[in-house]
Amino acid sequence: MNTLPITPSQTVGPFFAYGLTARQYGYDYTSLMDGMLIEPRENRGKIIYITGCIIDGNGTSVSDAIVELWQADAQGQYATEPIAYPPNHATFTGFGRFGTGTTANHEFLFTTLKPGFTAEDSAPHINVILFMRGSLRTLYTRLYFSDEPEANSRDTFLNSIDPDRRSTLLAIKRTDGHYQFDIRLQGPSETVFFDL
Amino acid sequence: MELSSPQSDALSTHPAHLSPGYKSTILRSPTRPLLLVPEQMKNLRMPVFGESCLGPFDNDLTKNARRNGEPIGERIKIAGQVLDASGRPLPNVLVEIWQANAAGRYIHKAEIHDAPLDPNFLGAGRLLTDAEGRYSFYTIKPGAYPWGNHYNAWRPNHIHFSVIGHHLDQRLVTQMYFPGDPLFAYDPIFQSVPRHARELLIARFSMDWTEPEFALAYEFNIVLNGRNQTPFES
Repeated sequence: MNTLPITPSQTVGPFFAYGLTARQYGYDYTSLMDGMLIEPRENRGKIIYITGCIIDGNGTSVSDAIVELWQADAQGQYATEPIAYPPNHATFTGFGRFGTGTTANHEFLFTTLKPGFTAEDSAPHINVILFMRGSLRTLYTRLYFSDEPEANSRDTFLNSIDPDRRSTLLAIKRTDGHYQFDIRLQGPSETVFFDL
Repeated sequence: MELSSPQSDALSTHPAHLSPGYKSTILRSPTRPLLLVPEQMKNLRMPVFGESCLGPFDNDLTKNARRNGEPIGERIKIAGQVLDASGRPLPNVLVEIWQANAAGRYIHKAEIHDAPLDPNFLGAGRLLTDAEGRYSFYTIKPGAYPWGNHYNAWRPNHIHFSVIGHHLDQRLVTQMYFPGDPLFAYDPIFQSVPRHARELLIARFSMDWTEPEFALAYEFNIVLNGRNQTPFES
Protein backbone atom coordinates (compact mmCIF):
# COMPACT_ATOMS: atom_id res chain seq x y z
CA MET A 1 0.00 0.00 0.00
CA ASN A 2 1.25 3.43 -0.88
CA THR A 3 1.51 5.61 2.20
CA LEU A 4 4.31 8.05 1.48
CA PRO A 5 4.62 10.40 -1.50
CA ILE A 6 7.64 9.70 -3.72
CA THR A 7 10.45 12.27 -3.62
CA PRO A 8 10.21 14.21 -6.89
CA SER A 9 12.91 13.87 -9.50
CA GLN A 10 15.03 16.84 -10.60
CA THR A 11 17.63 17.30 -13.31
CA VAL A 12 21.17 16.05 -12.78
CA GLY A 13 22.27 19.44 -14.16
CA PRO A 14 25.41 20.13 -16.18
CA PHE A 15 27.88 19.86 -13.30
CA PHE A 16 27.55 16.27 -12.07
CA ALA A 17 31.03 15.28 -13.24
CA TYR A 18 33.07 15.73 -10.06
CA GLY A 19 30.43 13.96 -7.98
CA LEU A 20 29.53 11.02 -10.21
CA THR A 21 32.30 10.56 -12.78
CA ALA A 22 35.22 12.33 -11.14
CA ARG A 23 38.13 10.30 -12.51
CA GLN A 24 36.86 10.35 -16.06
CA TYR A 25 36.74 14.15 -15.99
CA GLY A 26 40.06 14.53 -14.21
CA TYR A 27 38.89 15.56 -10.75
CA ASP A 28 40.79 14.54 -7.67
CA TYR A 29 38.13 12.21 -6.27
CA THR A 30 37.58 8.50 -6.71
CA SER A 31 34.88 7.04 -8.94
CA LEU A 32 32.92 3.98 -7.89
CA MET A 33 32.22 2.92 -11.46
CA ASP A 34 33.22 3.91 -14.97
CA GLY A 35 32.87 2.84 -18.58
CA MET A 36 35.07 -0.21 -18.23
CA LEU A 37 32.95 -2.93 -16.67
CA ILE A 38 35.64 -5.51 -17.31
CA GLU A 39 39.22 -5.47 -18.55
CA PRO A 40 39.51 -7.01 -22.01
CA ARG A 41 42.18 -9.43 -20.76
CA GLU A 42 39.75 -10.97 -18.26
CA ASN A 43 38.52 -14.22 -19.69
CA ARG A 44 34.99 -14.16 -18.34
CA GLY A 45 32.94 -14.18 -21.54
CA LYS A 46 32.80 -12.30 -24.80
CA ILE A 47 34.18 -8.77 -24.45
CA ILE A 48 32.17 -6.17 -26.32
CA TYR A 49 32.46 -2.43 -26.88
CA ILE A 50 29.42 -0.18 -26.90
CA THR A 51 29.47 3.38 -28.13
CA GLY A 52 26.87 5.95 -29.01
CA CYS A 53 25.57 9.48 -28.67
CA ILE A 54 22.57 11.06 -27.01
CA ILE A 55 20.95 13.12 -29.75
CA ASP A 56 18.56 15.99 -29.00
CA GLY A 57 15.65 17.38 -31.02
CA ASN A 58 18.01 19.47 -33.16
CA GLY A 59 20.17 16.47 -34.05
CA THR A 60 22.94 17.71 -31.77
CA SER A 61 24.82 15.28 -29.54
CA VAL A 62 24.39 16.04 -25.84
CA SER A 63 27.64 16.88 -24.07
CA ASP A 64 26.34 16.84 -20.51
CA ALA A 65 24.60 13.51 -20.20
CA ILE A 66 25.41 10.56 -17.98
CA VAL A 67 24.69 7.01 -19.09
CA GLU A 68 24.51 4.00 -16.78
CA LEU A 69 24.41 0.36 -17.80
CA TRP A 70 23.07 -2.46 -15.64
CA GLN A 71 23.31 -5.91 -17.09
CA ALA A 72 23.70 -9.63 -16.53
CA ASP A 73 26.96 -11.49 -17.05
CA ALA A 74 27.68 -13.97 -19.84
CA GLN A 75 25.69 -16.63 -17.99
CA GLY A 76 22.64 -14.37 -17.67
CA GLN A 77 23.18 -13.74 -13.97
CA TYR A 78 22.92 -10.33 -12.31
CA ALA A 79 25.58 -9.71 -9.68
CA THR A 80 24.31 -9.96 -6.11
CA GLU A 81 27.59 -9.64 -4.25
CA PRO A 82 28.58 -6.19 -2.99
CA ILE A 83 30.65 -4.14 -5.41
CA ALA A 84 34.15 -3.62 -4.04
CA TYR A 85 36.44 -0.67 -4.38
CA PRO A 86 38.80 -0.26 -6.08
CA PRO A 87 36.84 -1.84 -8.93
CA ASN A 88 38.05 -5.37 -9.41
CA HIS A 89 37.52 -6.14 -13.05
CA ALA A 90 38.00 -9.83 -12.45
CA THR A 91 34.66 -9.68 -10.62
CA PHE A 92 32.06 -8.61 -13.11
CA THR A 93 29.43 -6.51 -11.40
CA GLY A 94 27.59 -5.40 -14.53
CA PHE A 95 27.15 -1.76 -13.53
CA GLY A 96 28.85 1.03 -15.47
CA ARG A 97 28.63 4.79 -15.72
CA PHE A 98 29.98 7.24 -18.29
CA GLY A 99 29.59 10.98 -18.88
CA THR A 100 29.44 12.28 -22.45
CA GLY A 101 31.59 15.35 -21.81
CA THR A 102 35.08 13.96 -22.34
CA THR A 103 34.95 12.28 -25.75
CA ALA A 104 34.90 13.44 -29.36
CA ASN A 105 31.35 14.01 -30.54
CA HIS A 106 30.18 13.49 -26.93
CA GLU A 107 30.03 9.74 -27.21
CA PHE A 108 29.67 7.28 -24.37
CA LEU A 109 32.08 4.34 -24.40
CA PHE A 110 31.68 1.07 -22.55
CA THR A 111 33.79 -2.07 -22.41
CA THR A 112 31.74 -4.92 -21.08
CA LEU A 113 30.62 -8.52 -21.53
CA LYS A 114 27.97 -9.66 -23.93
CA PRO A 115 25.15 -10.53 -21.55
CA GLY A 116 23.69 -14.01 -21.59
CA PHE A 117 20.06 -15.04 -21.53
CA THR A 118 18.28 -14.01 -18.33
CA ALA A 119 15.11 -15.94 -19.22
CA GLU A 120 13.84 -18.23 -21.96
CA ASP A 121 11.62 -15.54 -23.45
CA SER A 122 14.24 -12.82 -23.18
CA ALA A 123 17.01 -11.96 -25.64
CA PRO A 124 20.37 -10.66 -24.39
CA HIS A 125 19.89 -7.05 -23.36
CA ILE A 126 21.27 -4.25 -21.20
CA ASN A 127 19.26 -1.86 -19.06
CA VAL A 128 20.18 1.73 -19.86
CA ILE A 129 19.63 4.60 -17.43
CA LEU A 130 20.04 8.16 -18.67
CA PHE A 131 20.35 11.56 -16.99
CA MET A 132 21.23 14.95 -18.43
CA ARG A 133 20.78 18.67 -18.13
CA GLY A 134 17.34 19.40 -19.50
CA SER A 135 15.94 16.06 -18.38
CA LEU A 136 13.86 16.34 -15.23
CA ARG A 137 13.31 12.61 -14.75
CA THR A 138 15.23 9.37 -14.93
CA LEU A 139 15.03 8.00 -18.46
CA TYR A 140 15.11 4.23 -18.90
CA THR A 141 15.60 2.29 -22.09
CA ARG A 142 16.95 -1.10 -23.14
CA LEU A 143 19.72 -2.10 -25.49
CA TYR A 144 19.31 -5.23 -27.64
CA PHE A 145 21.86 -6.58 -30.10
CA SER A 146 21.50 -6.46 -33.89
CA ASP A 147 23.35 -9.75 -34.26
CA GLU A 148 20.79 -11.67 -32.21
CA PRO A 149 17.85 -11.67 -34.65
CA GLU A 150 16.59 -15.09 -33.64
CA ALA A 151 16.66 -14.37 -29.91
CA ASN A 152 15.19 -10.92 -30.47
CA SER A 153 12.26 -12.43 -32.36
CA ARG A 154 11.43 -14.53 -29.28
CA ASP A 155 11.79 -11.70 -26.75
CA THR A 156 8.42 -11.07 -25.13
CA PHE A 157 9.26 -7.55 -24.08
CA LEU A 158 10.67 -6.48 -27.44
CA ASN A 159 7.64 -7.99 -29.18
CA SER A 160 5.30 -5.91 -27.04
CA ILE A 161 6.71 -2.76 -28.66
CA ASP A 162 5.29 -1.20 -31.82
CA PRO A 163 7.21 -2.94 -34.66
CA ASP A 164 8.02 0.44 -36.22
CA ARG A 165 9.91 1.47 -33.11
CA ARG A 166 11.73 -1.74 -32.12
CA SER A 167 14.80 -0.86 -34.13
CA THR A 168 15.44 2.10 -31.82
CA LEU A 169 16.47 -0.42 -29.16
CA LEU A 170 18.96 -2.25 -31.38
CA ALA A 171 22.68 -1.69 -30.95
CA ILE A 172 24.10 -2.09 -34.45
CA LYS A 173 27.20 -4.22 -34.82
CA ARG A 174 29.74 -2.30 -36.87
CA THR A 175 32.39 -3.76 -39.12
CA ASP A 176 35.00 -3.09 -36.43
CA GLY A 177 32.99 -5.20 -34.00
CA HIS A 178 31.81 -2.32 -31.84
CA TYR A 179 28.13 -1.92 -31.13
CA GLN A 180 26.67 1.48 -32.00
CA PHE A 181 23.73 2.55 -29.85
CA ASP A 182 22.57 6.10 -30.46
CA ILE A 183 19.78 7.36 -28.22
CA ARG A 184 17.44 9.84 -29.89
CA LEU A 185 15.41 12.00 -27.54
CA GLN A 186 13.00 13.26 -30.18
CA GLY A 187 12.20 13.01 -33.89
CA PRO A 188 10.97 10.26 -36.19
CA SER A 189 13.42 7.72 -34.75
CA GLU A 190 12.82 8.69 -31.12
CA THR A 191 14.12 5.95 -28.85
CA VAL A 192 11.53 3.99 -26.89
CA PHE A 193 11.74 5.01 -23.23
CA PHE A 194 10.06 3.21 -20.38
CA ASP A 195 8.00 4.38 -17.47
CA LEU A 196 8.99 2.58 -14.33
CA MET B 1 0.97 -3.72 -23.23
CA GLU B 2 -0.72 -0.47 -22.34
CA LEU B 3 0.63 2.88 -23.37
CA SER B 4 0.14 5.80 -21.09
CA SER B 5 1.69 9.15 -20.45
CA PRO B 6 2.92 9.60 -16.90
CA GLN B 7 2.72 13.31 -17.49
CA SER B 8 -1.03 13.04 -17.08
CA ASP B 9 -0.83 11.25 -13.74
CA ALA B 10 -2.38 13.77 -11.37
CA LEU B 11 -1.05 11.93 -8.32
CA SER B 12 2.52 11.92 -9.55
CA THR B 13 5.01 13.96 -7.59
CA HIS B 14 7.47 14.02 -10.49
CA PRO B 15 7.85 16.88 -12.95
CA ALA B 16 6.66 16.44 -16.52
CA HIS B 17 9.47 15.59 -18.92
CA LEU B 18 8.57 18.67 -20.93
CA SER B 19 8.57 21.72 -18.68
CA PRO B 20 9.05 24.67 -21.08
CA GLY B 21 9.93 27.19 -18.35
CA TYR B 22 13.15 25.19 -18.03
CA LYS B 23 14.24 25.79 -21.60
CA SER B 24 16.62 22.88 -21.96
CA THR B 25 13.72 20.42 -21.66
CA ILE B 26 12.29 21.56 -25.00
CA LEU B 27 14.77 19.65 -27.15
CA ARG B 28 15.59 16.96 -24.62
CA SER B 29 12.29 15.53 -23.43
CA PRO B 30 10.72 12.50 -25.13
CA THR B 31 7.67 13.37 -27.21
CA ARG B 32 6.17 9.87 -27.47
CA PRO B 33 4.31 8.21 -24.61
CA LEU B 34 6.57 6.17 -22.38
CA LEU B 35 6.08 2.42 -22.42
CA LEU B 36 4.78 0.91 -19.22
CA VAL B 37 6.87 -2.09 -18.26
CA PRO B 38 6.11 -5.37 -16.53
CA GLU B 39 6.55 -5.61 -12.78
CA GLN B 40 9.52 -7.92 -13.10
CA MET B 41 11.49 -5.17 -14.83
CA LYS B 42 10.64 -2.61 -12.14
CA ASN B 43 11.62 -5.13 -9.51
CA LEU B 44 14.96 -5.97 -11.06
CA ARG B 45 17.52 -5.83 -8.26
CA MET B 46 20.12 -3.09 -8.57
CA PRO B 47 23.80 -3.51 -7.72
CA VAL B 48 24.80 -3.74 -4.09
CA PHE B 49 27.57 -1.46 -2.89
CA GLY B 50 29.96 -2.51 -0.15
CA GLU B 51 31.62 -0.53 2.62
CA SER B 52 34.90 -0.90 0.74
CA CYS B 53 33.53 1.62 -1.78
CA LEU B 54 33.74 4.40 0.79
CA GLY B 55 36.67 6.46 1.96
CA PRO B 56 36.93 7.67 5.57
CA PHE B 57 35.66 11.21 4.86
CA ASP B 58 33.40 10.50 1.90
CA ASN B 59 30.39 11.70 3.93
CA ASP B 60 32.20 14.78 5.26
CA LEU B 61 32.60 17.38 2.52
CA THR B 62 34.25 19.75 5.00
CA LYS B 63 37.17 17.33 5.21
CA ASN B 64 37.37 15.23 2.06
CA ALA B 65 39.07 17.89 -0.09
CA ARG B 66 41.12 19.87 2.41
CA ARG B 67 44.49 21.12 1.16
CA ASN B 68 45.62 23.88 3.48
CA GLY B 69 42.72 24.72 5.76
CA GLU B 70 39.00 24.61 6.45
CA PRO B 71 36.56 25.24 3.64
CA ILE B 72 34.92 28.66 3.79
CA GLY B 73 31.25 29.02 4.62
CA GLU B 74 28.52 27.88 6.94
CA ARG B 75 29.13 24.31 8.10
CA ILE B 76 25.90 22.28 8.10
CA LYS B 77 24.71 18.76 8.65
CA ILE B 78 22.26 17.09 6.25
CA ALA B 79 20.67 13.93 7.59
CA GLY B 80 17.63 11.82 7.02
CA GLN B 81 16.26 8.46 6.07
CA VAL B 82 15.73 6.67 2.76
CA LEU B 83 12.41 4.82 2.65
CA ASP B 84 10.24 3.13 0.10
CA ALA B 85 6.68 4.31 -0.45
CA SER B 86 5.40 1.78 2.07
CA GLY B 87 7.55 3.40 4.73
CA ARG B 88 10.10 0.61 4.87
CA PRO B 89 13.63 1.86 5.56
CA LEU B 90 16.09 1.04 2.78
CA PRO B 91 19.49 0.01 4.13
CA ASN B 92 22.71 -0.01 2.10
CA VAL B 93 21.48 2.55 -0.44
CA LEU B 94 24.23 4.47 -2.24
CA VAL B 95 23.66 8.22 -1.83
CA GLU B 96 25.97 10.51 -3.81
CA ILE B 97 25.82 14.31 -3.53
CA TRP B 98 27.42 17.27 -5.29
CA GLN B 99 26.97 20.99 -4.91
CA ALA B 100 28.31 24.53 -5.35
CA ASN B 101 30.55 26.05 -2.68
CA ALA B 102 29.47 28.78 -0.25
CA ALA B 103 29.98 31.41 -2.94
CA GLY B 104 27.73 29.64 -5.42
CA ARG B 105 30.59 28.34 -7.55
CA TYR B 106 30.84 24.82 -8.93
CA ILE B 107 34.32 23.47 -9.40
CA HIS B 108 33.26 22.08 -12.79
CA LYS B 109 35.51 23.17 -15.66
CA ALA B 110 32.56 24.47 -17.70
CA GLU B 111 31.27 26.69 -14.87
CA ILE B 112 31.53 30.37 -15.84
CA HIS B 113 30.12 32.12 -12.74
CA ASP B 114 32.97 34.33 -11.52
CA ALA B 115 32.48 33.67 -7.81
CA PRO B 116 35.62 32.39 -6.04
CA LEU B 117 36.66 28.77 -5.90
CA ASP B 118 37.52 27.32 -2.50
CA PRO B 119 40.77 25.31 -2.59
CA ASN B 120 39.55 23.25 0.37
CA PHE B 121 36.16 22.32 -0.96
CA LEU B 122 35.33 19.95 -3.81
CA GLY B 123 31.60 19.64 -3.16
CA ALA B 124 31.23 15.90 -3.72
CA GLY B 125 30.43 13.19 -1.20
CA ARG B 126 28.79 9.81 -0.83
CA LEU B 127 27.71 7.21 1.69
CA LEU B 128 25.69 4.07 2.20
CA THR B 129 22.56 4.20 4.34
CA ASP B 130 22.73 2.24 7.59
CA ALA B 131 20.50 -0.64 8.70
CA GLU B 132 17.62 1.79 9.38
CA GLY B 133 18.06 3.56 6.05
CA ARG B 134 19.63 6.58 7.76
CA TYR B 135 22.32 8.84 6.40
CA SER B 136 24.25 11.92 7.51
CA PHE B 137 26.58 14.33 5.69
CA TYR B 138 28.60 17.29 6.89
CA THR B 139 29.05 19.96 4.28
CA ILE B 140 29.10 23.71 3.59
CA LYS B 141 25.83 25.47 2.82
CA PRO B 142 25.87 26.09 -0.95
CA GLY B 143 25.33 29.58 -2.32
CA ALA B 144 22.87 30.70 -4.97
CA TYR B 145 24.24 31.19 -8.47
CA PRO B 146 23.14 32.69 -11.79
CA TRP B 147 22.42 30.63 -14.87
CA GLY B 148 21.47 31.28 -18.45
CA ASN B 149 17.88 30.11 -18.60
CA HIS B 150 16.30 33.59 -18.72
CA TYR B 151 16.99 37.17 -17.69
CA ASN B 152 18.26 37.40 -14.09
CA ALA B 153 17.90 33.65 -13.52
CA TRP B 154 19.33 32.38 -10.20
CA ARG B 155 19.19 28.87 -8.80
CA PRO B 156 18.02 28.62 -5.19
CA ASN B 157 20.57 27.08 -2.82
CA HIS B 158 20.47 23.34 -3.41
CA ILE B 159 22.37 20.09 -3.12
CA HIS B 160 22.16 17.45 -5.86
CA PHE B 161 21.36 13.90 -4.71
CA SER B 162 21.84 10.68 -6.67
CA VAL B 163 20.27 7.63 -5.05
CA ILE B 164 20.59 4.00 -6.12
CA GLY B 165 17.94 2.03 -4.28
CA HIS B 166 17.32 -1.70 -4.31
CA HIS B 167 15.40 -1.97 -7.57
CA LEU B 168 15.64 -0.53 -11.05
CA ASP B 169 12.70 1.80 -10.46
CA GLN B 170 14.43 3.19 -7.37
CA ARG B 171 17.07 5.08 -9.34
CA LEU B 172 16.50 8.71 -8.43
CA VAL B 173 18.34 11.95 -9.08
CA THR B 174 16.92 14.93 -7.23
CA GLN B 175 17.83 18.21 -5.55
CA MET B 176 17.44 19.20 -1.91
CA TYR B 177 16.50 22.83 -1.20
CA PHE B 178 16.64 24.93 1.98
CA PRO B 179 13.55 26.26 3.79
CA GLY B 180 12.36 29.77 3.08
CA ASP B 181 14.41 30.42 -0.03
CA PRO B 182 13.14 33.58 -1.77
CA LEU B 183 14.14 32.16 -5.17
CA PHE B 184 11.62 29.29 -5.18
CA ALA B 185 9.01 31.37 -7.00
CA TYR B 186 11.46 32.27 -9.78
CA ASP B 187 13.17 28.94 -10.41
CA PRO B 188 11.71 26.88 -13.26
CA ILE B 189 13.51 23.72 -12.14
CA PHE B 190 11.93 23.86 -8.68
CA GLN B 191 8.64 24.99 -10.25
CA SER B 192 8.65 22.00 -12.63
CA VAL B 193 7.47 19.85 -9.73
CA PRO B 194 3.69 19.72 -9.22
CA ARG B 195 2.67 22.26 -6.59
CA HIS B 196 1.45 19.62 -4.14
CA ALA B 197 4.86 17.92 -4.16
CA ARG B 198 7.28 20.86 -3.95
CA GLU B 199 7.60 20.76 -0.19
CA LEU B 200 9.02 17.24 -0.52
CA LEU B 201 12.20 18.79 -1.94
CA ILE B 202 12.68 21.26 0.93
CA ALA B 203 14.77 20.13 3.88
CA ARG B 204 13.44 20.83 7.37
CA PHE B 205 15.60 22.67 9.89
CA SER B 206 16.21 20.33 12.82
CA MET B 207 17.11 21.79 16.21
CA ASP B 208 17.29 18.24 17.56
CA TRP B 209 20.13 17.33 15.23
CA THR B 210 21.86 20.71 15.37
CA GLU B 211 25.22 20.30 17.07
CA PRO B 212 26.24 22.85 19.73
CA GLU B 213 29.00 25.19 18.61
CA PHE B 214 29.44 23.19 15.42
CA ALA B 215 26.69 23.01 12.77
CA LEU B 216 23.03 23.67 12.06
CA ALA B 217 21.22 20.54 10.91
CA TYR B 218 18.67 19.93 8.19
CA GLU B 219 16.52 16.84 7.80
CA PHE B 220 15.83 15.56 4.30
CA ASN B 221 14.04 12.24 3.90
CA ILE B 222 13.97 10.50 0.54
CA VAL B 223 11.12 8.24 -0.54
CA LEU B 224 11.69 5.93 -3.50
CA ASN B 225 9.20 3.94 -5.55
CA GLY B 226 7.89 0.78 -4.03
CA ARG B 227 4.13 1.05 -4.33
CA ASN B 228 3.74 -2.04 -6.47
CA GLN B 229 6.73 -4.08 -5.63
CA THR B 230 6.37 -7.50 -4.17
CA PRO B 231 8.13 -7.90 -0.84
CA PHE B 232 11.37 -9.81 -1.14
CA GLU B 233 13.09 -12.08 1.32
CA SER B 234 16.11 -10.45 2.84
